[in-house]
Amino acid sequence: MRCWDPRIEEMPKEELQKLQFKLLKTLIYKVYSFSPFYHKRMKEAAVHPDDITCLSDIKRLPFMFKKDLRDTYPDGMIMSEQEELVRYHVSSGTTGKPTVVGYTKNDIYNWSESLARGLTSAGIGRGDVMQVSYGYGLFTGGLGLHYGAERIGATVLPTSVGNTERQIELMQDLRVTAIACTPSYLLHMGEVADKMGVSIKNNTLLRKAIVGAEPWSEQMRIRIRDWLGVDAYDVYGTSELSGPLFCECEYQQGFHVWSDLIYPEILDPDTQEPLPPGKRGELVVTMLQKDGLPIIRYRTGDITTIREEPCPCGRTHPRLERLSGRVDDMLIIRGINVFPSQIEHALLGIPDVGEHFMIEIDRKGALDEMLIKVELAKEAFSDKIADLIHTKKNVEKTLKNALNVQVSVELTEPGTLPRFEGKAKRVIDRRLI
Amino acid sequence: MNCEQYMIRQISLFSENKPGRLAALAKACQEENVNILAFSIAEADGFGVIRVLVDKPDVAFSRLTALGFNVAFTHVIAVLMRDEPGGLFEIASKLSDAGINIDYSYAFSGKNKAILILRVDKVEEAIKLLLSHSFTLIATDSIQ
Repeated sequence: MRCWDPRIEEMPKEELQKLQFKLLKTLIYKVYSFSPFYHKRMKEAAVHPDDITCLSDIKRLPFMFKKDLRDTYPDGMIMSEQEELVRYHVSSGTTGKPTVVGYTKNDIYNWSESLARGLTSAGIGRGDVMQVSYGYGLFTGGLGLHYGAERIGATVLPTSVGNTERQIELMQDLRVTAIACTPSYLLHMGEVADKMGVSIKNNTLLRKAIVGAEPWSEQMRIRIRDWLGVDAYDVYGTSELSGPLFCECEYQQGFHVWSDLIYPEILDPDTQEPLPPGKRGELVVTMLQKDGLPIIRYRTGDITTIREEPCPCGRTHPRLERLSGRVDDMLIIRGINVFPSQIEHALLGIPDVGEHFMIEIDRKGALDEMLIKVELAKEAFSDKIADLIHTKKNVEKTLKNALNVQVSVELTEPGTLPRFEGKAKRVIDRRLI
Repeated sequence: MNCEQYMIRQISLFSENKPGRLAALAKACQEENVNILAFSIAEADGFGVIRVLVDKPDVAFSRLTALGFNVAFTHVIAVLMRDEPGGLFEIASKLSDAGINIDYSYAFSGKNKAILILRVDKVEEAIKLLLSHSFTLIATDSIQ
């Protein structure tokens, strides 16, 4: 199948823009009437829904930040009544408070539709066996791809993360043809398979991978193709927008963003002025059909560019390029978003260590390893090695609970970590991506 | 009985496991004219603890603290040990029979005798026990 929904995917640009405007108008009226959060924000910005007379009027609307989700925890930004919600996902917050996303039935439908189009455009469909090796649960990756793959009629193997040897056995035994996971986990699987004497290229039917949730590169794409015999397609989304939403088509030149679901803007992160197509800037997102948690001019912090020129695949929707960075200091470790401020916050709650820290990130084999160096507090020094090891393990456990990702801790002598007067540079990232 | 005279103040020092830390400690002791009588280094996952017996513990403590080291005093006992087969056994077995646990220990042997330094969980009990079995303990004022 070439297109999942050709009527939308091949709709002429002018028609798409008309549709977008109609959806935007409806959205703005809806949030003005039903969302106390957006109502207040629009009042403060002195904008009324009637002021939106064309698509570019969107710039009159105020921005929304991840901080807003945190400040209104747990559900202050959710517009739908609870009985309309069919699911929650929760992601870890930047300073301890998580962010909650509520989904109506329609939100889940659109999310699955978006991925159904994307997976189809990558050449996956009925007859494929798709192993979903993203985490299932509060994280959106596993369930998101699961629903998308089921929608197109693929056979889903919901392995989630971990137990890699078993995943490789199942990949062989159940004749898996496609996989969804982080790019580094795919490479890790390749290494584990090699150790088991299994060549993914020669001993499995795996041919396509939907990979994302962390930074990767063209070099990794080539390595995955040459070594594993697998074509890798980029996928993008964040939990606030629903989860993984958009993936690359067979031409692998950026992911199509469906104009009936999203209105993307690329802004200069400093001046907030729109940048022309082809220029790099911060992706700011308005979700046109989201009910549970409306998203209007959400500052994603992701840096990318938009491509408006027609894609050889025939789809009329613009494409976003692979993300090239962040406007803030967010790190992505094994697919999990980590802010240094989370570490700072967690350390404040541990009297045994000081508040100064350094983060060192390496890629050991294919997987990210994060080492956090902290200073042992004077009062916490015990002459007994067992006590010190206990302190170290305790810090590791506290940080793991706060970040949802495994960390190693190194205890250092007081006063030895760098102090910063201006902007702190606490991260040493040695990953070669 | 006054056990305190046998409780020797050992300096324990937290150290990252990297070159130059022992040298920094030794240099500080040299500059303060502090003599190191015995020491040991225990290492774990990326860090270590250096333990030293010195003749002027207060001088060493304040200098090392001023240098930014994480330093603490710990009470240890030092017992004379026969420097021949069975010497360690007779001490260790007495402690073991009394249910006293050795957290850590280090030893050195000199010309005619050996000295065993012990950190135990029940210091006073250990001192009384060893004295009652006619072992010789080193008194603090004889070295510090």
